[in-house]
Amino acid sequence: MDAFLNALFLGAGYNAALVGIGAALLGFAAGASGTFLFLRKRALVSDAVAHATLPGVGLAFIAMVALGFDGRSLIGLLAGSAVTAAIGLVLVEWMSRKTRLSEDAAIGAVLSVFFGIGIVLLTIIQTMSQGRQAGLEGFLLGSTAGMLFQDAVVIAIGGSLAVAATFVLRRPMTLVAFDPEYAAASGYDVRKIDLAMMSLVMAVTVIGLKLVGLILIVAMLIIPAVTARFWTEKSDTVIWSAGILGAVSGYVGAAISASAPALPTGPIIVLVSAALFTFSLFFAPARGVAAAVIRRQRFQARVHHRQGLLALARQEPIHDKLTLKVLGRDGLIRPDGVATDAGRAKAAKVARDERRWDVAREVHKDVSLTGRYDGLTPIEDVFTPDEIAQFDAVIGKPTAVGGA
Amino acid sequence: MTASTPLSLAANDGRPVRDIALADAPLAIRGMTVSYGEKPAVFSVDATFEAGKMTAIIGPNGAGKSTLLKAALGVVPRLSGEVSVYGAPLATARDRIAYVPQRASVDWDFPTTVIDVVLMGLYRKTGLLSRLTGAHKAKALECLDRVGMADFADRQIGQLSGGQQQRVFLSRALAQDADLYLLDEPFAGVDAATERAIIDVLAALKADGKAVVCVHHDLATVSSYFDNVFLINVRRIAEGPVTEAFTPENLHATYGGRLATSHIDQLDLVAGA
Repeated sequence: MDAFLNALFLGAGYNAALVGIGAALLGFAAGASGTFLFLRKRALVSDAVAHATLPGVGLAFIAMVALGFDGRSLIGLLAGSAVTAAIGLVLVEWMSRKTRLSEDAAIGAVLSVFFGIGIVLLTIIQTMSQGRQAGLEGFLLGSTAGMLFQDAVVIAIGGSLAVAATFVLRRPMTLVAFDPEYAAASGYDVRKIDLAMMSLVMAVTVIGLKLVGLILIVAMLIIPAVTARFWTEKSDTVIWSAGILGAVSGYVGAAISASAPALPTGPIIVLVSAALFTFSLFFAPARGVAAAVIRRQRFQARVHHRQGLLALARQEPIHDKLTLKVLGRDGLIRPDGVATDAGRAKAAKVARDERRWDVAREVHKDVSLTGRYDGLTPIEDVFTPDEIAQFDAVIGKPTAVGGA
Repeated sequence: MTASTPLSLAANDGRPVRDIALADAPLAIRGMTVSYGEKPAVFSVDATFEAGKMTAIIGPNGAGKSTLLKAALGVVPRLSGEVSVYGAPLATARDRIAYVPQRASVDWDFPTTVIDVVLMGLYRKTGLLSRLTGAHKAKALECLDRVGMADFADRQIGQLSGGQQQRVFLSRALAQDADLYLLDEPFAGVDAATERAIIDVLAALKADGKAVVCVHHDLATVSSYFDNVFLINVRRIAEGPVTEAFTPENLHATYGGRLATSHIDQLDLVAGA
């Protein structure tokens, strides 16, 4: 625990502090820009793009060694990965537009083929004389062991650019995600905006390669947005809270992994992110599972309350256990099932409202009002007191229920 | 028409093209063909929509009604044909057009509120970076008020009924302050109060000299709501004022056997010429 707190407050050494700050920056950029993947329902395209980075890493290494440079130059490797990732992205887009393949099939094809090529290249590199110490397999799941100051700078600059681009493009990207037809009709080039969105994601993927690796970067792009969605109904809030959730996951995840030996950073970041997601899934106030269960139970109780009162009004016996429980709880029936005074009064009101609705349907021409009858909506919410008085005039004097 | 306008490719089956001033019509389509795959959804269609008029695009399912609008706006690509908006090419006249897509075309669980949807209608004017000001919000609220939805401004759009959703879409179009309004099935699946509210707003636009074009499916309301009709079944069947073009003969030609004679009789139309 001490080790974790140390890491959390940047006290676990230079390397750990670099990793923590880098992961937080990357988390923010990935969370904010990834929101549009989620909103546009194209999460898996980013998986194809991420896997398509691998051949680029291998090719860049081979090219740099062949030209006599240090094959491990991060900028060179990232540039290579960006090239093949872009090719993968264009291929997915082209295949789903120009052939009869659906997008998921195109994603599957590009993802596996590019990843396969990448693995073959890595194997070839292993057999090269300079290849042994390359450590390129770190790009699969990320590796923070040898993280340098300049690696953190790459993440900081790349991440800031991605966040700035997200800010500038947020309106067109939101519009295209919500209503692409309207966007096209208003003169936005939907294809270009989609490409811009995917390029952003590609940029984040590339700068995140070193830290979390290509396999898990998708989680950093998608999970924060999905988590944020549980808490808000506004797209702008989703974007920036996803950024914050991503940053928190990145930073806390990095601190946890720094606090013990042999805890891999990328996977731990993803697990922290998943923990935030799980908490939101269950406990978010409006959209969470717990809230949904409570809402459903309350609604069910309302239905049983109303049906119970109607049964009392008709003087029918009630057998349903939940109905008995709800009516008993509200003091409308005694434990032996006989209606109390309050119960009789409410039952009479309910029975009268039902007759009012019947009259309303006959005399009222506005179907949109009478159509609001659902058994539960109080008639007072739909019609004015004057109108209800009219219905009462048609019905006649109130009659007592239960012979009282 | 200007000299650069290409010859019409439309096949008119010997009927004369209606002679109106096409040059600056709100929307003029010439020889447009649109195809999904290798079967044309719209084939070689000419159409002209007038200012100060409400026009219904009528035809059976799959006849290309919505496709005609979408292709005219460049939402789906055209295989051939020319489109002009108030005499100008589409690209330079975007700001004069407001489009209301079908309600079912979007995901209503999208995280956005009613007023944010209406503000989308102002995005073209606000640009990328400028903040949305109080004036923009006031404008959006005013547009919501015109369709009776101002009280719902902060609701999540998924909580609205179908009719309310349709009114929000119309409100977004109003926010654009356009001259040409193109609506795709605005009355599909909405309640009577919404239908009334929409018709009132469209009638006010028409009175202001705007052009209103609706893809419409309810033949019973054509005569009372619209001035002009455009009948289409892949090809143009007829167009013109309701009193002239909305005839039993033209309806038969449009719907073929899909519309029973008894149904057409119920519409109580003027006898065909």
